[in-house]
Amino acid sequence: MRVAGLFLLLVLAGCDAMLPSLPADEGVLAGPLEELSGAQMASHLVGDAAFARVFSPEEGLGPLFVAASCEGCHVGDGKGHDVTTLTRFGRFQEGLFDPMLAHGGPQLQHRSVPGYDAEKIPTGATGVTRLMAPAVTGLGFVEAIPDQLLLDLADPTDADGDGISGRPNWIELPPWVNPGADSRPQGSRFIGRFGKKAAARNLVHQTANAYLQDMGLTTSFLSQDLVNATVGEATGDTAADPEIRSDEFTNVVFYLRTLKAPPRRDIGDPGVISGERAFEQAGCVSCHVSELRTGPSAIEALDRATFRPYSDFLLHDMGAGLDDRYTEGSAETSEWRTPPLWGIGLAADSQGGQARFLHDGRAASLEEAILLHGGEAAASRTRFTEMSEQDQADLLAFLESL
Amino acid sequence: MKRTTWILLIAITGITSASAQHEDPIYNRPFVANSGATAIGGYLEGNTNYFSEDGVSEGFSMELRRFNIFLYSAMGSRVTFFSELEFEHGTEEIALETALIDLRLSPELSLRAGILLPPLGAFNQNHDSPRWEFVERPLVSTEIIPSTLSEVGFGIHGRLPLAGLDAGYQLYLVNGLGNGIVNNAEGRTHIPSGRDDEAFGEDNNGQPSVVGRVDVRRPGLGALGVAYYAGNYNTWRVEGDQVDEKRGVRILTLDLTSSAGPLALTGEAALAWIDIPESLSELYGHRQAGAFLDVIYPFYSGSLGSLRDVTVLAAVRFEYADMNVGQFREGGGDIGDEQTAIALGVSLRPNSETVFKLNYRYHWQDDLLGNPIRLAGVQAGFATYF
Repeated sequence: MRVAGLFLLLVLAGCDAMLPSLPADEGVLAGPLEELSGAQMASHLVGDAAFARVFSPEEGLGPLFVAASCEGCHVGDGKGHDVTTLTRFGRFQEGLFDPMLAHGGPQLQHRSVPGYDAEKIPTGATGVTRLMAPAVTGLGFVEAIPDQLLLDLADPTDADGDGISGRPNWIELPPWVNPGADSRPQGSRFIGRFGKKAAARNLVHQTANAYLQDMGLTTSFLSQDLVNATVGEATGDTAADPEIRSDEFTNVVFYLRTLKAPPRRDIGDPGVISGERAFEQAGCVSCHVSELRTGPSAIEALDRATFRPYSDFLLHDMGAGLDDRYTEGSAETSEWRTPPLWGIGLAADSQGGQARFLHDGRAASLEEAILLHGGEAAASRTRFTEMSEQDQADLLAFLESL
Repeated sequence: MKRTTWILLIAITGITSASAQHEDPIYNRPFVANSGATAIGGYLEGNTNYFSEDGVSEGFSMELRRFNIFLYSAMGSRVTFFSELEFEHGTEEIALETALIDLRLSPELSLRAGILLPPLGAFNQNHDSPRWEFVERPLVSTEIIPSTLSEVGFGIHGRLPLAGLDAGYQLYLVNGLGNGIVNNAEGRTHIPSGRDDEAFGEDNNGQPSVVGRVDVRRPGLGALGVAYYAGNYNTWRVEGDQVDEKRGVRILTLDLTSSAGPLALTGEAALAWIDIPESLSELYGHRQAGAFLDVIYPFYSGSLGSLRDVTVLAAVRFEYADMNVGQFREGGGDIGDEQTAIALGVSLRPNSETVFKLNYRYHWQDDLLGNPIRLAGVQAGFATYF
């Protein structure tokens, strides 16, 4: 009886002590913005559940797809993994980039529902790139950046002579994308800001594309299933379209919009403080701009808020080493949107413990990622390599703190 | 299915009032005339839950898991009927889990047909909660072996002496598992999702699956069983036209019941091989493996307050299930989607039919990519035959 008594005592002494503890806030990417109202929080949570929803073929998954859920690629709202990395392809014809739409381009869906052939990269594709899923936290801040601020950051002709010539990706919008009242178009083209090439205007644009291209799920915006054009399987699936109801879609967009900015860690650490100085001295901040400010927003936490993404969300030439001969919008094939560095220190937590960096995850460490920078970033890379070992370590410690 | 269920219920409730109405043709049936050979029973189980996943808890809740009704009838000395009607979470899910007839030709040979529990391991046929010290069923027996698996089928079973041992065998043809093994909302290979009530009416591919088990028992040593299940699970043809390749599922199980001194040991292990379309590989597992072992120690027998002949037991369960055995093609490394768990329990049995349980569980889980998830919780539960 004493054993039972001890057991009971252990249980009663505190269930919580026997349960997994909540990680510290700064150690977790996922979570809502502060100051959401009750109704906003309810919508956020419904969107959270929809973001995690795993789809079956009966619910519309496929017939071609990459992953069966949003969270399948963005585990814990974090960066992706090789197994869910996207492949996109295209070719140049007469100097123009052809996304090979008639051959199932530009995105490869290398998975398919049973009985259906998955896509393969068609012969003739000259540009093939792999795009690792990014973290999705803080996207509401990015969406709320005024176009004018991005234009102010841009220096397409390198007028200041610093070797950095960021520019927006000017993209044509499908008719269902509302560019917003404060947009600053250039003719018929608008500034893109989401995606590795900044080819999506806003979260509605990005999310509808992701539902269709990544999961084969139709929405009211994109209501036709993908088919494998290369083998003549012009059949869709057996689920009624749109497969994602508008309320589910809206809640997922709201969820993405109201995710918190990735938290910092070890801010007061002397090495981190020193590393931030080294980061600035190396010129990294020319593209990885530390601080931006949003415009007006109906969501209080996003309304004219200062945030620290470490990005200018502009395109930069990254050199031949990162040129995949693939592009979107008006970007050159060697140009990539500056990825925000916030949350980079938590990358491994969603990647099975082994962090992978750069657009396709080719870098296994932050140092390797820095050394793979070229083009406009070559000078900063050189400054990094010329630093003392201590300064390099501090700079890396600073990045880990983001 | 529901109509069948209600007809059965009405039949059950009619037993008590029917005997006085033999003149009416609808009561002129053998089960009324021979009502002494019919028995009704069942079991009830419920529990509380308080779990936390990575520090996030949904709080405290209570659930009534199952209310199962058994109906048994013997028609003479050779023919028996048994059925089990299951209500899960009230009336959230109602299922006819068993409805079978046995024709006993000899101790060595009986014929069985109907909705039966395939002998895929020992747990699937021996899963009643009052028999177990833990609220939760073993992972391997529910996630890889899809207990409770009911199938329409027929076959033979029997027991015979073999080299000083008591040996048993069962062999059945059944409709088999369905497309849900892959076409499911789990986003991974999930054999339990291949259970399909429509298979009680029609096989989805016109090719039955086969399941068999042999076991040996020796007093003082315990029992050892080996079972194998094989069949095609997908709808590979429709109206005679081929629409897909045939894909099969095979499951091998090993089960053990034994003792070591005062300790009672019960365990089960399973290996599963599943044909998966190449276009789903890595996300969907081709192989699965798992095992559990329960160690039970009865540390008190006697009176407890006003209760007499009480038994109090301590129990520990070790379990493991890997839902996707293999390595990533790119970058290497183990594919995750696995969990290891330990459960501790104390149970009180005021009689042989009833048990009150107090359990603590801790799970070390890895998602597909190997990201860790920690889940733990406390459960108090009860289960009783009636």
